[in-house]
Amino acid sequence: MVIDTRVCQKYAPCEDCIHACHHLHNVPQIPYKKHEVKWIWKDEFEHAFPDTAHEYANEVLHGREFLLLCNHCEHPPCVRVCPTQATFKREDGIVMMDMHRCIGCRFCMAACPYGSRSFNWRDPRPFIKNPNPRYPTRMKGVVEKCTFCTERLAEGKLPACAEACKHGAIVVGDLADPNSEINKILREHFTLRRKVHLGTGPSVFYII
Amino acid sequence: MLEKALVGSKKYYALVFFLAAIFLVGFFFFLKQLKFGLGITGMSRDVSWGFYVAQFTYLVGVAASAVMVVLPYYLHNYKDYGKLTIFGEFLAIGAVTMCLLFIVVDIGQTHRLFNVLLHPTPHSMLFYDMIVLNGYLLLNLICGWTALHAVYKGTKYPSWVKPFIYLSIPWAFSIHTVTAFLYAGLPGRHFWLTAVMAPRFLASAFCSGPALLLILIYIVKAFTRFDPGEKAIRALAKTITYALLANLFLFGCELFTSFYSGIPGHQFSIKYLFAGLHGHMKLVPWMWTAYALMLVAAVLLVIPQTRNNLGLLPLLCVLVVIGTWIDKGMGLIVGGFVPNPLERITEYMPTFPEVMISVGIYAAGFLIITVLYKIAISVMESRGLI
Ligand code: SF4
Ligand code: SF4
Ligand code: SF4
Repeated sequence: MVIDTRVCQKYAPCEDCIHACHHLHNVPQIPYKKHEVKWIWKDEFEHAFPDTAHEYANEVLHGREFLLLCNHCEHPPCVRVCPTQATFKREDGIVMMDMHRCIGCRFCMAACPYGSRSFNWRDPRPFIKNPNPRYPTRMKGVVEKCTFCTERLAEGKLPACAEACKHGAIVVGDLADPNSEINKILREHFTLRRKVHLGTGPSVFYII
Repeated sequence: MLEKALVGSKKYYALVFFLAAIFLVGFFFFLKQLKFGLGITGMSRDVSWGFYVAQFTYLVGVAASAVMVVLPYYLHNYKDYGKLTIFGEFLAIGAVTMCLLFIVVDIGQTHRLFNVLLHPTPHSMLFYDMIVLNGYLLLNLICGWTALHAVYKGTKYPSWVKPFIYLSIPWAFSIHTVTAFLYAGLPGRHFWLTAVMAPRFLASAFCSGPALLLILIYIVKAFTRFDPGEKAIRALAKTITYALLANLFLFGCELFTSFYSGIPGHQFSIKYLFAGLHGHMKLVPWMWTAYALMLVAAVLLVIPQTRNNLGLLPLLCVLVVIGTWIDKGMGLIVGGFVPNPLERITEYMPTFPEVMISVGIYAAGFLIITVLYKIAISVMESRGLI
């Protein structure tokens, strides 16, 4: 996935992608910050890239907000630590969650260096305003995160966030295919990935 | 031998019922947690492990430390520990039981616990932790129980337990090493990502565990005729001293690496714990207390006159136990989560139900230890050994 952060900045404070994802996947809106559940959200440069940010960064970077979500890492630490294989990597590289197998030990939350995972500290259902009947809701005591919309990919559709963006800021594609659109974009633009020095191999790229 | 647990003095019954009552109170709060979810605790999206995991980590150390009496006795034939080993092993049984209970209350879907067995995952450290902890419980049950049974029968322990005893020695090291590996292998958690984590865990375990054992022995001594002998107590005090010094030394190594290298990420958690970060300083008084207690204890334990003062020793043990408990429990666990991976700060303090559930588990553990110690004392009394 490539996110063109210049586009996001141009149309700020647009949050269509976030609303689309959270509505579609029945992500609860819990006002109490400590119990928050989120799959995709925005944060500032110095929090999205704490190792890259510095005090002389230009104005542009300062004002810009970055979309954050699971990076579907090539070498995902969350998968490595999970004692039940409730979180696992698919053949195509997507890091998936089986919320029916998860025991809620939260080892994966400690292991993810990007804060991509949320735990259901309480029953989420009362906090889903307008439930989507076509997607399951979760119960308390399990971990969840972005699933790269596997349910939509299976139907040949784009991930909901990418589809929801009217300005084309989010592009998804197959990194393994050298001729794919996404590889073309990556060849033509300067991009950043979050915390590459940890060796996790994040698959979300940011055009600066 | 079990019948010895059923008859005892009024004080014994009172203690048993008292601990059982506290356990039930804890259980009541646990039922509330089951109903509401783990949101009843102080944990959050950012600090996703808290008081429970802290107690778990500390108690694994206590359990492992039984090896500090088992090893000299069985490997070096250090006869003075003869009477102590059984108590060390029984303390380990209580401690491992508490560890397992703390895991049970910490997971979000309690009834799915057995998924860990149904889907064994050899690349997860928790998988190994489950194996070594349960194995250690079993080993101590076998070794402790047969040793006591031999006393009961007035014989030497049967030779078939020997391999189990020898196995229990490296096994004790393994439980705490694997527990350290739960934390030390996570990318992006600078505070935990250190090769001295396992050595430091062992060092703090080998001072806090024997210190707790000595305190318990002093209590037993006050109420029964049991006396392990001055020599045994003095020897154990030396173990505590060396381990405490090693623990402080290893912490010093951490400080050097973090601050001499000057890498900010390696300093954040330590700064948060000891000085506060951006005005967040809930743990600062706790950490200073922990290190003050450990330092005072270290100085007084090093000086032979104070270490060998058998009246002062239990007090020093209390300092060691409290100091390491704060440091290795809350300090280590919460420190690893602050700041979060996005360098934002969320603080943590356990809530009342969370503390009550933990107290309940401690009560259960000490209930087990009380009953086991009672059996041991009665058996020794009936044999005229004490
Ligand atoms: S971003 Fe975090 S949750 Fe997603 S795959 Fe990587 S480690 Fe796992
Ligand atoms: S919380 Fe669930 S997904 Fe995460 S490590 Fe534990 S069992 Fe696996
Ligand atoms: S890929 Fe799908 S699940 Fe992931 S953030 Fe986008 S919409 Fe949400």
